[in-house]
Amino acid sequence: MSYQVPKFRHPELPVNELGYTRADYEGAISTLCAGCGHDSISGSIVRACHELSIEPHKIAKLSGIGCSSKAPTYFLGKSHGFNSVHGRMPSVATGAAMANRDLLYLGVSGDGDTASIGMGQFTHAIRRNLNMVYIVMNNGCYGLTKGQDSATADEGSASKKGDPNPFGAIDLPGLALQLGATFVARSFSGDKGQLVPLIKAGMTHRGFALIDVVSPCVTFNNNDASTKSYEFVREHAEATGTVDFVPMREEITTSYEPGHSQEVTMHDGSVLHLHKLAEDLDPFDRASAMLALERHRAAGSILTGLIYMDKDSRDLHEVLDTSRRPLNGLGEEDLCPGNKVLQNINHSLR
Amino acid sequence: MEPTDVTNPEYFHKVVDCQFACPAHTPVPEYIRLIAAQRYTDAYMVNWESNVFPGVLGRTCDRPCEPACRRGRVEEEPVAICRLKRVAADNKGSIADRLPQVPAEKNGKRIACIGAGPASLTVARDLMPLGYDIDIYDNQVAGGGMMRSQIPSFRLPIEVLDEEVNYILDMGVTTFFDLEVTSLRDILDKQYDAVFVGTGAPRGKCLNLPGLEEAGDAVHIGIDWLANVAFDHVDSVGRKVLVLGGGNTAMDCCRTSKRLGGDDVRVVVRSPFADMKASPWEKEDAMHEGIPIYDNHTPKEFVVEDGVLKGMYFEKVEARYDENGKRSLVPTGEDWVFMEADDVLMAIGQENAFPWIERDLGIEFDKWDMPVVDTTTFQSSNDKVFFGGDAAFGPENVITAVAHGHQAAISIDLFCRGESVADRPPPRTNLLSQKMGIHEWSYDNAVEADQRYIVPLAPLDKALGDRRVEVELGFDQDTGFKEAERCLNCDVQTVFEESRCIECDACVDICPTDCISFVDNAEESELRARLSAPAGNLAQDLYVSEVLPTTRVMVKDENVCLHCGLCAERCPTTAWDMQKFLYNVTKAGQAQQAGGVSA
Ligand SMILES: Cc1cc2nc3c(=O)[nH]c(=O)nc-3n(C[C@H](O)[C@H](O)[C@H](O)COP(=O)(O)OP(=O)(O)OC[C@H]3O[C@@H](n4cnc5c(N)ncnc54)[C@H](O)[C@@H]3O)c2cc1C
Ligand SMILES: Cc1ncc(C[n+]2csc(CCOP(=O)(O)OP(=O)(O)O)c2C)c(N)n1
Ligand code: SF4
Ligand code: SF4
Ligand code: SF4
Ligand SMILES: [Mg+2]
Repeated sequence: MSYQVPKFRHPELPVNELGYTRADYEGAISTLCAGCGHDSISGSIVRACHELSIEPHKIAKLSGIGCSSKAPTYFLGKSHGFNSVHGRMPSVATGAAMANRDLLYLGVSGDGDTASIGMGQFTHAIRRNLNMVYIVMNNGCYGLTKGQDSATADEGSASKKGDPNPFGAIDLPGLALQLGATFVARSFSGDKGQLVPLIKAGMTHRGFALIDVVSPCVTFNNNDASTKSYEFVREHAEATGTVDFVPMREEITTSYEPGHSQEVTMHDGSVLHLHKLAEDLDPFDRASAMLALERHRAAGSILTGLIYMDKDSRDLHEVLDTSRRPLNGLGEEDLCPGNKVLQNINHSLR
Repeated sequence: MEPTDVTNPEYFHKVVDCQFACPAHTPVPEYIRLIAAQRYTDAYMVNWESNVFPGVLGRTCDRPCEPACRRGRVEEEPVAICRLKRVAADNKGSIADRLPQVPAEKNGKRIACIGAGPASLTVARDLMPLGYDIDIYDNQVAGGGMMRSQIPSFRLPIEVLDEEVNYILDMGVTTFFDLEVTSLRDILDKQYDAVFVGTGAPRGKCLNLPGLEEAGDAVHIGIDWLANVAFDHVDSVGRKVLVLGGGNTAMDCCRTSKRLGGDDVRVVVRSPFADMKASPWEKEDAMHEGIPIYDNHTPKEFVVEDGVLKGMYFEKVEARYDENGKRSLVPTGEDWVFMEADDVLMAIGQENAFPWIERDLGIEFDKWDMPVVDTTTFQSSNDKVFFGGDAAFGPENVITAVAHGHQAAISIDLFCRGESVADRPPPRTNLLSQKMGIHEWSYDNAVEADQRYIVPLAPLDKALGDRRVEVELGFDQDTGFKEAERCLNCDVQTVFEESRCIECDACVDICPTDCISFVDNAEESELRARLSAPAGNLAQDLYVSEVLPTTRVMVKDENVCLHCGLCAERCPTTAWDMQKFLYNVTKAGQAQQAGGVSA
């Protein structure tokens, strides 16, 4: 078995604005099962970060426990990382984000890590609109512990060794919408064309960006009776439209046919272009998004693409009016304003 | 694009860049792996079967394989293929029991080979085991042709040459050495069943400049002079030597001069340094021995005083290129440059000469006075007479002569059996999975990042002191192993079986060099633009699958594939497999033998 990837890369790999190639955003060789959807999502994250020209040391990867939560080892090898306790990634992310707002927080979690043990943490991170991207590598099972049904397994779906699931599934995008999430998307590990621009948009969004990515577990949940298999997802996925992301410094070169098209300028000046949009969905209207999700669920299809985005999102820092500077950048003067200020405070309390 | 037909042996053959570029199609990665396994004798035999002179070629080959080597496209330098061949030759054991058996009972057919260079020797090598009687004629005192008379012994020790020439002659070839053939009619009159002409391109060109006649025997034709040195007719040269010309012959002339007493030896060439015909390594070797190369100097005249050569005048030129890239050398208008010389060696090219072939024997000659020879069968318009090596299409090199010899032997054998020489035997191929376990391969798939190793040289003073001291010392076994490990095993093919593919992208994600894409099909140029990494090397094929369930196709750009096997390791359904492709050029008589080859 190969324990390392050869050093050589394609000699003409494009370089981004920082002079880095995609290879500079890679991590260690994956130890996940061959064909695991999680590896493809890692590939999409690498591409998105490269194309956005993010400095690797400006990213913090955070995860919990699970095959999905192991994945951060396999991308962004030069970024910061924190592998937390099962289901506790959001609280670590909250602490880190509050302490240093200058990093980009990329949470990677699984459906077990998020929808079972970590549910309470997940909901509060959404509710607070923490400025982070939260990717759920959703395979409908606990891959790491040998494939038990998870809370996102569809009713009636059966894993390789399991019985049909008697319970209804928790739909993470639906739940997030209800909790007031400001960016909600769903995609499929096998569709990089859609996933990469969604990750880029999520990374540019100010606030909590949930991307629920259906990601087949080839080993335990890629069988005929599963609704999270490559084949089932390919047959049942329906995109809300096509997503294109044009980073701030790039010129918009594509021209789009008129009709069912929307253009959003993100807060950093990048442009998100949505075209061939489904007629029955307005991704800037929460109620419309919720209805569309429900319609697709009832029809047995999986709605993918950008489902909802709040263009006027205010993240936790804005709401709490926190320090503009990372805490590690505050010196003694900022933290100990001196006796005089203390006297004033004491005085005001008398 | 149409799906790739990998059952056509030429498809995978082309992926093995080195083997494809080798005129004799030596299975390079196969012998490199054997070297890494310290199976030197086996490695030698893989070479011997296909290129006949591994010890010679491991020192002197023109190495068309190396510029083609894939390694040179993923990093700076190709694998040192040629010098690894020498490692096999230097370290092998006895091969006596591995040589083909020559039947005691002959087949009754008699063949004449004229010239005992590598082309003729290859014909003999291939036909002797089939029971032919072979007579070889050569005007030199021993076999080997220009390998003996031209390639200096500081590059090719005589023992190495003798050993490999003798493997063939000892099969029972009848030799007529030191005998100039002056009439092809006389040969044909001896009732041979076929005649092979392997007389090379033996005539050196001469520049007829003012003063040439007066300069007398201070001016030499390079190749004649080298032959005279090789056969000990010449053992010294003047102190100041000018070598005219920029090819490999010029490099051998100047380096030989350095060893025979020349101390101010200069190479003077008309073209710019970069355009010189000599291989880069030959130029380096000459300069390493302290020989300056004066480029952009056109020789104008000899200066002779009192019947003694004093030197030469040169005109300085510069290269101009027109819009089609065609070069012209334009005088700069500066004063002529004078260079002193006691001896001048002309190394400005060789030509063929067939004064001994009567023009009424049914052999057609073209307007350049070259015989008309079929490029596949090597037959002339007299169907009994075949040509090969430098005699066929002009000067090339040893490995080309060998490749010609193999093909001519096939033709001669077919001709003598009364079969059509146009029916060429297909190559013998084999494709075998290298899978040993879920993630295990029977070849070393790890890709080492080592840079090319340098061959150690004899100390300069020692090398220059004696023309018989070999300059290159060759890799020792350890370095040979490390250099062998640089080979990417390009013959271990990535074979894709679309019916198993679930389009999970695992191969796309893992591939270190972004070879694999799943995209909508299109015409080649359009398709190349759709792939996940630039695919602009049109000399390298795209491997295109049948249409997959998502209506896309798998496209693999063969260009910079490292043959690391990771795609196959990461594939959950074994749609990818690593399979070793062995391609052997069929030799004379092998098509008639039953069975294939084993991998
Ligand atoms: C200076 C020099 C250096 C070279 N170095 C290299 C090198 O490093 N690597 C490489 O690959 N190639 C090299 N070559 C080229 C290589 O030697 C030839 O391409 C190769 O030997 C051609 O083989 P051949 O069998 O066609 O003929 P040759 O090797 O030329 O053999 C032909 C033989 O026929 C004999 N002959 C010719 N006419 C007659 C006749 N009428 N009667 C009897 N005998 C006759 C000749 O004397 C000669 O012995 C070099 C050539 C020169 C000139
Ligand atoms: C506190 C705690 N409880 C239970 C476990 C066992 N455990 C490890 S991974 C896992 C589920 C992982 O599922 P998911 O997050 O969907 O990841 P996947 O492996 O499917 O990608 C569980 C229950 C644990 N490690 N820690
Ligand atoms: S068990 Fe499933 S989720 Fe885990 S690595 Fe294997 S395929 Fe991926
Ligand atoms: S890497 Fe090895 S197999 Fe590939 S072209 Fe070079 S020598 Fe041949
Ligand atoms: S063997 Fe497979 S993974 Fe390795 S470089 Fe070639 S295509 Fe890529
Ligand atoms: Mg899971």
